[in-house]
Amino acid sequence: MNLDIRVPIGTMFSLIGLVLFVYGLLTSGSDIYAKHSLGINMNLYWGVIMVVFGGLMFIFGLKAQSKSKK
Amino acid sequence: MNALAVVIPKFQLAGVDWAVLLIYFIFVIGVGFALKRYMKTSDDFFLSGKSIPAWITGLAFISANLGAQEVIGMAASGAKYGIATSHFYWIGAIPAMVFVGIFMMPFYYGSKARSVPEYLKLRFDEKTRGFNAISFAAMTVFSSGISMYAMGKLLNLLLGWDFNTCVLVSAFIVLVYTFLGGLTSAIYNEVIQFFLIVFGFIPLVFLGLKNVGGWEGVKARLAQEGWFRSEVLGESMNPDALTHSWKYMADTASNPMGVEWFGLVMGLGFVLSFGYWCTDFLVVQRAMAANSMSAARRTPVIAAIPKMLFPLLVILPGLLAIGIAPLADKALEPAAKSAYIQKIQAENPQLAERLAQHNVPSIEELTAAGGRGLVPPKLDGEGKVQIKKNSTGEPILDKEGNYVVELDYDLVIPMMLYKYFPAGLLGLGLCALMASFMSGMAGNTTAFNTVWTYDIYQSYIKKNGSDSHYLWMGRYATVGGIVLSILAAYAAQHFNNIMDILQLVFAFVNAPLFATFMLGMFWKRATGHGAFFGLVSGTLAAVIHHGLTLPYGSATGVKGGFFTVLHNYPSEMAQNFWTAIWAWSTCFVVTILVSLITKRTKTDQELKGLVYSLTPKPSEDGIPWYKQPAYLGGAVLAITLIMNILFW
Repeated sequence: MNLDIRVPIGTMFSLIGLVLFVYGLLTSGSDIYAKHSLGINMNLYWGVIMVVFGGLMFIFGLKAQSKSKK
Repeated sequence: MNALAVVIPKFQLAGVDWAVLLIYFIFVIGVGFALKRYMKTSDDFFLSGKSIPAWITGLAFISANLGAQEVIGMAASGAKYGIATSHFYWIGAIPAMVFVGIFMMPFYYGSKARSVPEYLKLRFDEKTRGFNAISFAAMTVFSSGISMYAMGKLLNLLLGWDFNTCVLVSAFIVLVYTFLGGLTSAIYNEVIQFFLIVFGFIPLVFLGLKNVGGWEGVKARLAQEGWFRSEVLGESMNPDALTHSWKYMADTASNPMGVEWFGLVMGLGFVLSFGYWCTDFLVVQRAMAANSMSAARRTPVIAAIPKMLFPLLVILPGLLAIGIAPLADKALEPAAKSAYIQKIQAENPQLAERLAQHNVPSIEELTAAGGRGLVPPKLDGEGKVQIKKNSTGEPILDKEGNYVVELDYDLVIPMMLYKYFPAGLLGLGLCALMASFMSGMAGNTTAFNTVWTYDIYQSYIKKNGSDSHYLWMGRYATVGGIVLSILAAYAAQHFNNIMDILQLVFAFVNAPLFATFMLGMFWKRATGHGAFFGLVSGTLAAVIHHGLTLPYGSATGVKGGFFTVLHNYPSEMAQNFWTAIWAWSTCFVVTILVSLITKRTKTDQELKGLVYSLTPKPSEDGIPWYKQPAYLGGAVLAITLIMNILFW
């Protein structure tokens, strides 16, 4: 089977992370963070972490896929 | 604002939340479409062509079990029982997962059985397989239906979404990806759902811990909660019991679970845990899809690693929720929150000092919204707060003569999401919640379609069909399973008691199962008649034990005592553990006795690959030590032991 699960996981997490990151940038300084997440812009930070995680998964998945293309 | 709106706030989803949810749904369905072209034979559809690497089957093994019951239920138990909830992981899962990987997978995988019921046929006989297959198929459909019902009810409560829409949309999504991609699609989506649940709950735990001042802050809040429950509400437990897992397990009156160590270790740690992890096809099917014997054996052991750490993600939110003031932005006047502070100071100055040091909110602040901490009170159909009642319907009063409010512990996770997640992250949190519901549904659906096609349809209805016919049947069994699950969800909505009764019946059937498998795999003299009559008598023993016992404070009926009450248990949990112990012991003894008086029908040659003493040990030559199940399992057990000691 030539679909490594890390490719869709990586793509999905990168996309979600990107959406969170952009939304975090747009709402930076807004009072929603004081109201909900102890004043921390969690969308911004967690968005970056998800993009990095997703990117790594995507790269490892692509590598494995090309290897199996054995 | 009325009382209902204060305690159970409605979530408002922003555009960004919808975007996150949409991305998740597109990928989940997309995986099904991407895998459709690989489903050429029934083996591809039901067993993934035995081609999946161990790390994927390992994560799917854990994710198939990460249903709503786990995510919602374990957080609820955390708030209710404190740190002792970890027993469901470190005693109630890890040892069994290591055992099934090292000792039992060689038989499941090596025997070429395509399902757990089929193993029973190869090892024993047709009637034992039939008993297991039919009860298992019915159970998976109802479990999937209960997941749908719980999801529809929760989303209706939190988001105001229509119950019917929630049930039908979730059923449609699960149907599309399991119909198209079979077990592989379910496994791939379970891996996606695993990471989604992890990434959805880590920020929740981080923000909660930061809010209360770290682990010491959590323990201080639990100490106050323990004091309140034992000294004010009059609950039977040591005030310190919420912060320990083993210390107060010597007798039932000291801990909030109402169980003692023997019932816990034998009932949960052995009978129920081994019965589930070692014999339930829902999880074993994931390991059977692995690409080699070694990968199949490593699957449950790999799954045990995240399972060991999951209390940090799913129990900790419950521990946090019970000690966080629900109306933090509306501080009480000092005079309005001093009564309990003075009482604690008089009774336990050390505790009072500890609470002040960690800025623990007062009891008055924690109960300001009608519940306790972020745990809201249970509401009846008219939105009124429910109070605790005894078995005769009389209200229970605390030591100060006040009514005791019934808490809705199942809303711990939603309340935590509401408090800590802003728009954006809230979409991710809801994704994680939906992923937990859907992985449970898909797991049950794929297990159902396999057991239906191989163990019921091929065995009793059409024995010599072509492979493409069974592939076709598998696809339509998926549709049938989903339709039956929807009907079960509506049955749960309209007849709540019926689902309680059904779950009880399944508990009776499951309790003795591990004795049958254990004797089958490790004693070549066990016969088909022994196994069948052992299972039937074990199930009857469970019914009789349940019918003769009752937890304190419960009314007779589903909770037990339907014959007469010979013994009262301190809690429902204690009764469940002992029902399992009686069922397992009866099955074990009857299987041995009947086997000894009946003739063996299988020769040693026929039992090769099915019984331990007649099967060559799996070779681990050429596999590095860190990939060998025995070493991995040993490391997992050692870390679990350390965790138990740390939280003793």
